Amino acid sequence: MIPAAFEYVVAHSLEETVGLLAKHGSDAKILSGGMSLIPAMKLRLAQPAFIIDVNGVSGLEYIREEHGELRIGAMTREAALERSTLVKHGYPILFETARVIADPLVRNRATIGGNLAHADPANDHPATMLALGATIVAHGPNGDRLIPIDEFFPSFFASALEPDEILTEIRIPAPGVRNGGAYIKFERKVGDYAIAAVAVNLTLDAHDTCIAARIGLTNVTDVPARASSAEASLVGHRITDQAIADASRLAAHQSDPKSDLRGSAEYKRDLVRVLAGRAIGRAVSRARGGSH
Amino acid sequence: MSMRTVNFTINGEAKSVQAESRQLLVHCIRETLGLTGTHVGCETSHCGACTIDLDGEPVKSCTMFAVQAEGKSLTTVEGLAVGGTLNPVQEGFWEEHGLQCGFCTPGMMITATALLRTVNEPTETEIREAISGNLCRCTGYVNIVKAIQYAQRKMHPTPAPEAVLQGGD
Repeated sequence: MIPAAFEYVVAHSLEETVGLLAKHGSDAKILSGGMSLIPAMKLRLAQPAFIIDVNGVSGLEYIREEHGELRIGAMTREAALERSTLVKHGYPILFETARVIADPLVRNRATIGGNLAHADPANDHPATMLALGATIVAHGPNGDRLIPIDEFFPSFFASALEPDEILTEIRIPAPGVRNGGAYIKFERKVGDYAIAAVAVNLTLDAHDTCIAARIGLTNVTDVPARASSAEASLVGHRITDQAIADASRLAAHQSDPKSDLRGSAEYKRDLVRVLAGRAIGRAVSRARGGSH
Repeated sequence: MSMRTVNFTINGEAKSVQAESRQLLVHCIRETLGLTGTHVGCETSHCGACTIDLDGEPVKSCTMFAVQAEGKSLTTVEGLAVGGTLNPVQEGFWEEHGLQCGFCTPGMMITATALLRTVNEPTETEIREAISGNLCRCTGYVNIVKAIQYAQRKMHPTPAPEAVLQGGD
């Protein structure tokens, strides 16, 4: 379990990081928390020639609300998200996501930016960010570029980041009136990837009609994806048990899980149905102002 | 081979070591410094046998490079006892039979010590969540939880309830 040899460089600023990325291109990998990268290097699934350690770049660890958005620095550790009262009370879907990632020791190192930039469909933040309609801030030679989360996962294990760009911030629209979200994950044991997980974020009007809904799926599609047909079935309708059941079936239908050690494709697809139902129910309860 | 000089503090002692970039921190601790109390278990970031304290937080030292320890303060199991006296967590593991084979114990105790430093009175659920990244495959978690609760009581004793209990007859 020894990684292939590489050149280790510590970057002290974003400009230095971008300069190193521009120089080394796809031979370089950014090391933030390292909780996905280092295991991949130990298995020699990744053999970067250059490692750019950005832990020395200051100003990338923050959680704050401004301009009608929650803004999270890319180097923010999962443990910090878990401990944030702003996240816990204002964005319970994000709290629920952070606290089921890997285990507490891993979450002391793992970063939200790394979780997204790794673009692993089994990671938890992608589905939640799809549900929240987040925007990714990428910093490159020409400054910042905003990437809608819907365009951030173009293909298998690939992100929309250019080789000379680094993910610096995640922006999440502040929840409006009667908005609620939930993330529900089913895993074999602490530390494992999800067998399946579903993220739901929706908004109700005063008459309980759903006026917006976004649903993200974890580890049941080749790239992090939304269950668009399930979303469409909810929008414009009053939320009833039947509407939730119908949307859950559509979410399951839209998933495309593979049989593996975590279960058969049939089992996982039905799990998506069950989890989608629970997540929609919890999101609706929160939107109505119910308890978390 | 890309070698670097890495400076850090471990168990209160300043160290300067030579490390290849790809050397994992746990190997630096065990092989370069000879501190073999930190164990190598799964090597895949799952088991927590390699847990050390890094600037006050428990982390898996098999999933960090030694070069990342530059300027950091590390504590391993060898640093828990002070002046030959076991720390409350170590004492708890002794008193409550919190180990059998002992393989997971150093990591467990590092995690538990960090927990009790930040949370005064963790519930059993909080204790179990805190050690969920440390796997034990023989003792089982019951006595490990008791050991941590022992340490909690030792560190934060509550007023003795005897007065109330003995007030009857």
